[in-house]
Amino acid sequence: MTRVIEVPSSLDDQSFEQIFEALAPLPPDEKVLIDARRTRWASPYGLTALLAVAQTRLQRPTLAVPELEDTASYWTRTQFFRYADDLYEITGRVPRARSTEDLNVLLEVSPVVKTEDIHTVVDRIQNKAQAMLIGTLHLEPSATMRFTMALSEICQNVIEHAGRGGWVAVHGYRWQKRLGGRRVVQIAVCDAGIGFRQSLESAHGPRATDRWDDGMALEETVMRGATRFRDPGRGQGLAGVRKFIHDWTGKFSVRSGTARIAIVPEWDNDVPMRENLPFFPGAQVQITIPETVIP
Amino acid sequence: MINHIDVSSVLRTSVCDLYSNLVTRPTGAAVRLGIENQLDEIGDRALAILDFSHVRLLDFSCADEIVAKLLLQYVSLDIPRREVYFLFYGMSDSHLDAIEAVLERHGLALVSQLPDGNPCLMGRVDGEQRQIWETMRELGSGELADVVNAAGLSPDRVERALDDLWRRRLVIRQDNAYVSLHGGPGVHENTAAPGSPTVSA
Repeated sequence: MTRVIEVPSSLDDQSFEQIFEALAPLPPDEKVLIDARRTRWASPYGLTALLAVAQTRLQRPTLAVPELEDTASYWTRTQFFRYADDLYEITGRVPRARSTEDLNVLLEVSPVVKTEDIHTVVDRIQNKAQAMLIGTLHLEPSATMRFTMALSEICQNVIEHAGRGGWVAVHGYRWQKRLGGRRVVQIAVCDAGIGFRQSLESAHGPRATDRWDDGMALEETVMRGATRFRDPGRGQGLAGVRKFIHDWTGKFSVRSGTARIAIVPEWDNDVPMRENLPFFPGAQVQITIPETVIP
Repeated sequence: MINHIDVSSVLRTSVCDLYSNLVTRPTGAAVRLGIENQLDEIGDRALAILDFSHVRLLDFSCADEIVAKLLLQYVSLDIPRREVYFLFYGMSDSHLDAIEAVLERHGLALVSQLPDGNPCLMGRVDGEQRQIWETMRELGSGELADVVNAAGLSPDRVERALDDLWRRRLVIRQDNAYVSLHGGPGVHENTAAPGSPTVSA
């Protein structure tokens, strides 16, 4: 029997919880069909997390392509299908890639498996990021390098801690309903590896405390810089990322296992910690940087 | 002996000749090894100018692997491997984000030469050491008595601060005198590219 999981019409980090919820009770060898036919839009998080979902299934899942031509074309331009084709049985029409470049796609969906991938990502994003961050979001001139540093550090977490490869994508777009229609840039890095809690346990074992769970592991790593390495120089990457995000009044969230931690700016009404979420392996990171309003 | 080390060249020869960004720990570790190999060839007492001019991006992980671990090996209050002084050159604001973070994390300090030729002390340095370092920068070089006169502090305190600065390789000790790491006329290193710093030593 094939279990059908419907993809929300608008697929972002919040609505993706519906997919995690549908997947959580299923045995990993059960055949699933991810039905995106009625999906009209997906954030970088949505696209990279869809690839991570396929990595968790023992039986190759099926993906039904969005029926809306614009949506499917956009997914093609983000290179999503290039990697989905290896992980899913694809049904529906996948538009052919055109040579025109999409200026909103700062970084196409890209694999993060080895160190060389991070060099590739960093090389590719710098020029496009500069135009978007300074020209469109009106951030300070130093933002491009800081943005790229943040991207590099988040991607390194996959290689050093996940135990398997993940995916990264960076897109810019205009929020229609939030922040008064301001533009934003979003980085998403998703993997289906061992997750933050198991990474810490691999070196230190479970903590001797009444409460040792995914939420506490996220607090330890994201907020206090704990890592599985004994090297005192470790843990600086996420601390640096947090500082940049704060300077840009951005939002930073990490989901791992059954918990999700977020650094929430004033413009957002998210909560800092969500627990008892449906289990999904690995870590799913999202950074949102909004346009600076010039007085 | 003064040695100019172009960090970008070390990156290309040690890791990949297509890379211009210092990102990831493995990359940083490979570059550090490349720098150490060059330091092994320049003798037990040397001044190394680490030139970051052609490095586009330096992330936190790479800064920790290159800058912090290099300093931890050669510069400490314990007995370091050899008497090697480092002058950091060509660092941009984005490099400083990462370098300042790792210096703070490890309680380290370094001397950076600014584009105008003036040296700048970065990292964790206590007030008295910083005062004496600033005095040395003004003097250029001098014996203990010269520094005591210029700083207006007691000889014991000045001597202790100078000794700490020397152990941290933030000033050079030469016989009975101390020398500031700074740009300007003086001994010019031989392999400098145009625009590279000169160092009085």
